[in-house]
Amino acid sequence: MSSIGRTLGRDVLRDIAVTCLAVLFIGLSYGAIAVASGFPLWVPAAQSVLVLAGASEFLFIGIVAAGGNPIAAALAGLLVNARHLPYGLALPEVTGRGWRRMVGTHVMNDESVVFALAQDDLPRKRAAYWACGLGVLICWPGGAVLGALIGSAVHDTGAFGLDAMFPAVILALIIPDLRDRMTLRAALAGAAVALAVTPFLPAGLPVLLALVAVLPLLRQRPSVVTAEAGATAEADGKSGEQSVGAR
Amino acid sequence: MKDTTLVVAGMATLAAGTYVFRLSGQLLRARISFPPRARKLLEAATVILLAALVATTALTEGHGFAGFARPAGVLVGGVLAWRKAPFLVVVIAAAATAALLRLAGVR
Repeated sequence: MSSIGRTLGRDVLRDIAVTCLAVLFIGLSYGAIAVASGFPLWVPAAQSVLVLAGASEFLFIGIVAAGGNPIAAALAGLLVNARHLPYGLALPEVTGRGWRRMVGTHVMNDESVVFALAQDDLPRKRAAYWACGLGVLICWPGGAVLGALIGSAVHDTGAFGLDAMFPAVILALIIPDLRDRMTLRAALAGAAVALAVTPFLPAGLPVLLALVAVLPLLRQRPSVVTAEAGATAEADGKSGEQSVGAR
Repeated sequence: MKDTTLVVAGMATLAAGTYVFRLSGQLLRARISFPPRARKLLEAATVILLAALVATTALTEGHGFAGFARPAGVLVGGVLAWRKAPFLVVVIAAAATAALLRLAGVR
Protein backbone atom coordinates (compact mmCIF):
# COMPACT_ATOMS: atom_id res chain seq x y z
CA MET A 1 0.00 0.00 0.00
CA SER A 2 2.81 2.41 0.81
CA SER A 3 4.07 2.00 -2.75
CA ILE A 4 0.65 3.08 -4.00
CA GLY A 5 0.99 6.17 -1.85
CA ARG A 6 4.44 6.96 -3.21
CA THR A 7 3.34 6.47 -6.79
CA LEU A 8 0.29 8.69 -6.54
CA GLY A 9 1.35 11.49 -4.26
CA ARG A 10 -0.69 13.18 -1.58
CA ASP A 11 -3.08 15.15 -3.78
CA VAL A 12 -4.49 12.20 -5.68
CA LEU A 13 -4.63 10.10 -2.52
CA ARG A 14 -6.58 12.84 -0.77
CA ASP A 15 -9.06 13.04 -3.67
CA ILE A 16 -9.50 9.28 -3.53
CA ALA A 17 -10.09 9.48 0.22
CA VAL A 18 -12.75 12.16 -0.29
CA THR A 19 -14.43 10.01 -2.95
CA CYS A 20 -14.42 6.99 -0.65
CA LEU A 21 -15.90 9.13 2.12
CA ALA A 22 -18.68 10.22 -0.25
CA VAL A 23 -19.24 6.56 -1.13
CA LEU A 24 -19.47 5.78 2.58
CA PHE A 25 -22.18 8.42 3.03
CA ILE A 26 -24.14 7.12 0.07
CA GLY A 27 -23.70 3.61 1.54
CA LEU A 28 -25.24 4.87 4.79
CA SER A 29 -28.38 5.91 2.93
CA TYR A 30 -28.43 2.63 1.02
CA GLY A 31 -28.31 0.51 4.17
CA ALA A 32 -30.89 2.67 5.89
CA ILE A 33 -33.27 2.57 2.93
CA ALA A 34 -32.88 -1.21 2.56
CA VAL A 35 -33.79 -1.82 6.19
CA ALA A 36 -36.62 0.70 6.08
CA SER A 37 -37.98 -1.17 3.03
CA GLY A 38 -38.24 -4.34 5.10
CA PHE A 39 -35.00 -6.16 4.26
CA PRO A 40 -32.92 -7.79 6.99
CA LEU A 41 -29.41 -6.38 7.50
CA TRP A 42 -27.68 -9.22 5.68
CA VAL A 43 -29.28 -8.28 2.35
CA PRO A 44 -27.63 -4.86 1.90
CA ALA A 45 -24.49 -6.22 3.63
CA ALA A 46 -24.12 -9.14 1.21
CA GLN A 47 -25.17 -7.09 -1.84
CA SER A 48 -22.71 -4.32 -1.10
CA VAL A 49 -19.80 -6.79 -0.93
CA LEU A 50 -20.82 -9.18 -3.72
CA VAL A 51 -22.31 -6.76 -6.26
CA LEU A 52 -20.35 -3.64 -5.29
CA ALA A 53 -22.22 -1.39 -7.72
CA GLY A 54 -24.42 1.12 -5.95
CA ALA A 55 -26.99 2.15 -8.53
CA SER A 56 -27.92 -1.43 -9.40
CA GLU A 57 -28.28 -2.32 -5.73
CA PHE A 58 -30.61 0.60 -5.06
CA LEU A 59 -32.65 -0.51 -8.05
CA PHE A 60 -32.76 -4.16 -6.92
CA ILE A 61 -33.91 -3.20 -3.43
CA GLY A 62 -36.46 -0.78 -4.84
CA ILE A 63 -38.02 -3.27 -7.27
CA VAL A 64 -38.18 -6.14 -4.78
CA ALA A 65 -39.55 -3.88 -2.02
CA ALA A 66 -42.30 -2.76 -4.42
CA GLY A 67 -43.29 -6.41 -4.86
CA GLY A 68 -41.33 -7.14 -8.02
CA ASN A 69 -39.79 -10.50 -8.84
CA PRO A 70 -36.17 -10.68 -7.53
CA ILE A 71 -34.92 -12.28 -10.75
CA ALA A 72 -36.50 -9.48 -12.80
CA ALA A 73 -34.92 -7.01 -10.36
CA ALA A 74 -31.54 -8.67 -10.92
CA LEU A 75 -31.92 -8.36 -14.70
CA ALA A 76 -32.80 -4.68 -14.33
CA GLY A 77 -29.69 -4.29 -12.17
CA LEU A 78 -27.58 -6.04 -14.80
CA LEU A 79 -28.79 -3.59 -17.42
CA VAL A 80 -27.55 -0.79 -15.17
CA ASN A 81 -24.22 -2.57 -14.77
CA ALA A 82 -23.65 -3.30 -18.47
CA ARG A 83 -21.49 -0.16 -18.67
CA HIS A 84 -18.73 -2.12 -16.91
CA LEU A 85 -18.06 -3.95 -20.17
CA PRO A 86 -16.96 -0.82 -22.08
CA TYR A 87 -15.07 0.24 -18.93
CA GLY A 88 -13.04 -2.96 -19.15
CA LEU A 89 -12.40 -2.34 -22.83
CA ALA A 90 -11.14 1.19 -22.24
CA LEU A 91 -8.95 0.51 -19.22
CA PRO A 92 -5.31 -0.30 -19.78
CA GLU A 93 -3.81 -3.32 -17.99
CA VAL A 94 -4.51 -2.20 -14.43
CA THR A 95 -5.60 -5.38 -12.71
CA GLY A 96 -2.69 -7.80 -13.28
CA ARG A 97 -2.87 -11.59 -13.45
CA GLY A 98 -4.13 -14.52 -11.38
CA TRP A 99 -5.75 -13.62 -8.06
CA ARG A 100 -4.98 -9.95 -8.64
CA ARG A 101 -7.13 -10.02 -11.73
CA MET A 102 -9.93 -11.76 -9.81
CA VAL A 103 -9.95 -9.11 -7.10
CA GLY A 104 -9.07 -6.27 -9.45
CA THR A 105 -11.99 -7.14 -11.69
CA HIS A 106 -14.39 -7.02 -8.77
CA VAL A 107 -13.28 -3.52 -7.70
CA MET A 108 -14.01 -2.05 -11.14
CA ASN A 109 -16.55 0.72 -10.60
CA ASP A 110 -17.34 4.24 -11.78
CA GLU A 111 -14.97 5.78 -9.26
CA SER A 112 -11.95 3.50 -9.71
CA VAL A 113 -12.28 3.70 -13.52
CA VAL A 114 -12.49 7.48 -13.57
CA PHE A 115 -9.48 7.85 -11.27
CA ALA A 116 -7.46 5.43 -13.38
CA LEU A 117 -8.29 7.26 -16.60
CA ALA A 118 -7.36 10.60 -15.05
CA GLN A 119 -3.72 9.57 -14.44
CA ASP A 120 -0.98 10.08 -17.00
CA ASP A 121 1.02 6.88 -17.03
CA LEU A 122 0.38 3.20 -16.44
CA PRO A 123 1.95 2.85 -12.96
CA ARG A 124 -0.11 5.77 -11.71
CA LYS A 125 -3.26 4.50 -13.43
CA ARG A 126 -2.76 1.14 -11.76
CA ALA A 127 -2.11 2.65 -8.34
CA ALA A 128 -5.12 4.97 -8.58
CA TYR A 129 -7.37 2.14 -9.74
CA TRP A 130 -6.38 -0.10 -6.85
CA ALA A 131 -6.40 2.60 -4.18
CA CYS A 132 -9.87 3.77 -5.18
CA GLY A 133 -11.18 0.27 -5.86
CA LEU A 134 -10.08 -1.10 -2.50
CA GLY A 135 -11.25 2.05 -0.75
CA VAL A 136 -14.71 1.63 -2.24
CA LEU A 137 -14.64 -2.09 -1.37
CA ILE A 138 -14.26 -1.06 2.28
CA CYS A 139 -16.40 2.09 2.36
CA TRP A 140 -19.45 0.96 0.39
CA PRO A 141 -20.18 -2.16 2.49
CA GLY A 142 -19.04 -0.34 5.64
CA GLY A 143 -21.47 2.47 4.95
CA ALA A 144 -24.26 0.06 4.05
CA VAL A 145 -23.92 -1.93 7.28
CA LEU A 146 -23.66 1.22 9.40
CA GLY A 147 -26.68 2.69 7.65
CA ALA A 148 -28.66 -0.50 8.21
CA LEU A 149 -27.74 -0.39 11.91
CA ILE A 150 -28.52 3.30 12.37
CA GLY A 151 -31.64 2.86 10.27
CA SER A 152 -34.18 5.62 10.28
CA ALA A 153 -31.77 8.22 11.65
CA VAL A 154 -30.25 8.67 8.19
CA HIS A 155 -33.33 7.79 6.22
CA ASP A 156 -33.99 11.29 4.97
CA THR A 157 -30.75 11.58 3.03
CA GLY A 158 -32.19 14.30 0.83
CA ALA A 159 -32.02 16.70 3.74
CA PHE A 160 -28.22 16.44 3.73
CA GLY A 161 -27.92 16.70 -0.04
CA LEU A 162 -26.18 13.31 -0.18
CA ASP A 163 -27.91 12.52 -3.47
CA ALA A 164 -25.96 15.36 -5.12
CA MET A 165 -22.62 13.86 -4.08
CA PHE A 166 -22.31 10.98 -6.55
CA PRO A 167 -22.98 13.00 -9.73
CA ALA A 168 -20.74 15.81 -8.41
CA VAL A 169 -17.88 13.37 -7.74
CA ILE A 170 -18.04 11.86 -11.21
CA LEU A 171 -18.48 15.25 -12.88
CA ALA A 172 -15.47 16.71 -11.09
CA LEU A 173 -13.35 13.77 -12.19
CA ILE A 174 -14.25 13.94 -15.88
CA ILE A 175 -13.87 17.71 -16.13
CA PRO A 176 -10.20 17.54 -17.22
CA ASP A 177 -11.36 15.44 -20.20
CA LEU A 178 -14.22 17.83 -20.90
CA ARG A 179 -11.80 20.71 -21.45
CA ASP A 180 -11.18 19.10 -24.82
CA ARG A 181 -13.72 20.62 -27.21
CA MET A 182 -14.53 17.45 -29.14
CA THR A 183 -14.92 15.37 -26.01
CA LEU A 184 -17.10 18.03 -24.41
CA ARG A 185 -19.38 18.17 -27.41
CA ALA A 186 -19.67 14.38 -27.53
CA ALA A 187 -20.28 14.17 -23.79
CA LEU A 188 -23.03 16.79 -23.93
CA ALA A 189 -24.66 15.03 -26.86
CA GLY A 190 -24.50 11.71 -25.03
CA ALA A 191 -25.96 13.24 -21.87
CA ALA A 192 -28.77 14.79 -23.92
CA VAL A 193 -29.58 11.45 -25.54
CA ALA A 194 -29.64 9.71 -22.15
CA LEU A 195 -31.92 12.37 -20.65
CA ALA A 196 -34.26 12.35 -23.64
CA VAL A 197 -34.92 8.62 -23.41
CA THR A 198 -34.97 8.27 -19.60
CA PRO A 199 -38.77 8.75 -19.33
CA PHE A 200 -39.41 5.82 -21.69
CA LEU A 201 -36.70 3.23 -21.13
CA PRO A 202 -35.74 1.01 -18.20
CA ALA A 203 -32.91 2.27 -15.97
CA GLY A 204 -29.43 1.67 -17.34
CA LEU A 205 -30.38 1.67 -20.99
CA PRO A 206 -30.34 5.50 -21.37
CA VAL A 207 -26.69 5.66 -20.25
CA LEU A 208 -25.74 2.93 -22.72
CA LEU A 209 -27.59 4.70 -25.55
CA ALA A 210 -25.45 7.77 -24.85
CA LEU A 211 -22.66 5.87 -26.60
CA VAL A 212 -24.14 6.87 -29.98
CA ALA A 213 -22.42 10.20 -29.30
CA VAL A 214 -19.09 8.54 -30.03
CA LEU A 215 -20.10 8.15 -33.68
CA PRO A 216 -19.35 11.75 -34.79
CA LEU A 217 -15.85 11.36 -33.33
CA LEU A 218 -15.25 8.55 -35.82
CA ARG A 219 -15.48 10.95 -38.71
CA GLN A 220 -12.62 13.09 -37.50
CA ARG A 221 -9.85 11.45 -39.51
CA PRO A 222 -11.25 9.62 -42.51
CA SER A 223 -8.10 7.58 -43.12
CA VAL A 224 -8.64 5.46 -40.03
CA VAL A 225 -12.39 5.45 -39.95
CA THR A 226 -13.05 1.96 -41.24
CA ALA A 227 -10.96 0.09 -38.70
CA GLU A 228 -12.06 2.20 -35.79
CA ALA A 229 -15.69 2.25 -36.77
CA GLY A 230 -15.59 -1.50 -36.36
CA ALA A 231 -13.79 -1.35 -33.02
CA THR A 232 -16.15 1.14 -31.44
CA ALA A 233 -19.29 -0.35 -32.88
CA GLU A 234 -18.28 -3.68 -31.38
CA ALA A 235 -17.49 -2.03 -28.07
CA ASP A 236 -20.96 -0.51 -28.08
CA GLY A 237 -22.81 -3.53 -29.27
CA LYS A 238 -20.52 -5.96 -27.43
CA SER A 239 -21.23 -8.43 -30.16
CA GLY A 240 -18.12 -9.59 -31.86
CA GLU A 241 -14.39 -9.37 -31.94
CA GLN A 242 -14.01 -10.62 -35.48
CA SER A 243 -14.10 -7.33 -37.35
CA VAL A 244 -11.71 -5.78 -34.85
CA GLY A 245 -9.43 -8.78 -34.82
CA ALA A 246 -9.40 -8.84 -38.61
CA ARG A 247 -8.10 -5.34 -38.66
CA MET B 1 -39.16 -9.97 2.71
CA LYS B 2 -41.40 -12.61 1.19
CA ASP B 3 -39.33 -15.36 -0.33
CA THR B 4 -35.77 -15.57 0.95
CA THR B 5 -34.69 -18.23 -1.56
CA LEU B 6 -35.85 -16.18 -4.51
CA VAL B 7 -34.23 -13.01 -3.16
CA VAL B 8 -30.94 -14.87 -2.69
CA ALA B 9 -31.21 -16.20 -6.24
CA GLY B 10 -31.77 -12.65 -7.50
CA MET B 11 -28.79 -11.36 -5.51
CA ALA B 12 -26.58 -14.14 -6.85
CA THR B 13 -27.70 -13.43 -10.42
CA LEU B 14 -26.93 -9.73 -10.06
CA ALA B 15 -23.55 -10.37 -8.43
CA ALA B 16 -22.42 -13.03 -10.92
CA GLY B 17 -23.67 -11.14 -13.97
CA THR B 18 -21.98 -7.94 -12.87
CA TYR B 19 -18.70 -9.79 -12.43
CA VAL B 20 -19.04 -11.22 -15.93
CA PHE B 21 -19.52 -7.70 -17.35
CA ARG B 22 -16.47 -6.48 -15.44
CA LEU B 23 -14.35 -9.37 -16.66
CA SER B 24 -15.45 -9.66 -20.27
CA GLY B 25 -14.41 -6.15 -21.31
CA GLN B 26 -10.90 -6.82 -20.02
CA LEU B 27 -10.70 -10.25 -21.65
CA LEU B 28 -11.87 -8.87 -25.00
CA ARG B 29 -9.30 -6.13 -24.73
CA ALA B 30 -6.50 -8.59 -23.99
CA ARG B 31 -7.31 -10.55 -27.17
CA ILE B 32 -7.53 -7.59 -29.48
CA SER B 33 -4.75 -5.15 -30.20
CA PHE B 34 -6.32 -1.74 -30.60
CA PRO B 35 -4.57 0.95 -32.59
CA PRO B 36 -3.85 4.08 -30.53
CA ARG B 37 -6.73 5.95 -32.12
CA ALA B 38 -9.25 3.26 -31.23
CA ARG B 39 -7.93 3.39 -27.69
CA LYS B 40 -8.56 7.15 -27.66
CA LEU B 41 -12.10 6.57 -28.89
CA LEU B 42 -12.70 3.99 -26.16
CA GLU B 43 -11.57 6.51 -23.57
CA ALA B 44 -13.88 9.10 -25.10
CA ALA B 45 -16.68 6.51 -24.98
CA THR B 46 -16.01 6.07 -21.26
CA VAL B 47 -16.17 9.81 -20.67
CA ILE B 48 -19.47 9.89 -22.60
CA LEU B 49 -20.84 7.05 -20.44
CA LEU B 50 -19.79 8.85 -17.28
CA ALA B 51 -21.23 12.17 -18.49
CA ALA B 52 -24.54 10.47 -19.24
CA LEU B 53 -24.42 8.91 -15.78
CA VAL B 54 -23.89 12.36 -14.26
CA ALA B 55 -26.77 13.85 -16.25
CA THR B 56 -29.24 11.08 -15.44
CA THR B 57 -28.35 10.79 -11.75
CA ALA B 58 -28.35 14.57 -11.32
CA LEU B 59 -31.58 15.34 -13.14
CA THR B 60 -33.78 12.27 -12.97
CA GLU B 61 -35.25 9.97 -10.35
CA GLY B 62 -36.91 6.87 -11.75
CA HIS B 63 -38.48 8.04 -15.00
CA GLY B 64 -39.14 11.61 -13.92
CA PHE B 65 -37.49 14.87 -12.90
CA ALA B 66 -35.49 14.76 -9.67
CA GLY B 67 -36.45 18.29 -8.64
CA PHE B 68 -34.28 21.41 -8.66
CA ALA B 69 -32.21 21.02 -5.50
CA ARG B 70 -30.07 18.08 -6.64
CA PRO B 71 -29.11 19.34 -10.12
CA ALA B 72 -28.43 22.79 -8.63
CA GLY B 73 -26.01 21.19 -6.18
CA VAL B 74 -24.31 19.22 -8.94
CA LEU B 75 -24.11 22.37 -11.08
CA VAL B 76 -22.42 24.32 -8.27
CA GLY B 77 -19.99 21.42 -7.82
CA GLY B 78 -19.34 21.33 -11.57
CA VAL B 79 -18.63 25.05 -11.82
CA LEU B 80 -16.26 24.87 -8.86
CA ALA B 81 -14.48 21.88 -10.40
CA TRP B 82 -14.20 23.69 -13.73
CA ARG B 83 -12.54 26.57 -11.86
CA LYS B 84 -10.17 24.03 -10.31
CA ALA B 85 -11.47 24.22 -6.77
CA PRO B 86 -10.20 21.46 -4.46
CA PHE B 87 -12.10 18.21 -4.81
CA LEU B 88 -13.30 18.19 -1.20
CA VAL B 89 -14.75 21.68 -1.68
CA VAL B 90 -16.55 20.53 -4.83
CA VAL B 91 -18.19 17.55 -3.13
CA ILE B 92 -19.19 19.42 0.02
CA ALA B 93 -20.49 22.41 -1.95
CA ALA B 94 -22.67 20.13 -4.07
CA ALA B 95 -24.22 18.43 -1.05
CA ALA B 96 -24.54 21.69 0.91
CA THR B 97 -26.23 23.52 -1.98
CA ALA B 98 -28.82 20.78 -2.38
CA ALA B 99 -29.36 20.60 1.37
CA LEU B 100 -29.73 24.38 1.80
CA LEU B 101 -32.11 24.68 -1.15
CA ARG B 102 -34.29 21.97 0.40
CA LEU B 103 -34.12 23.72 3.74
CA ALA B 104 -35.39 26.83 1.96
CA GLY B 105 -38.28 24.82 0.57
CA VAL B 106 -36.98 24.21 -2.95
CA ARG B 107 -37.58 20.62 -4.06
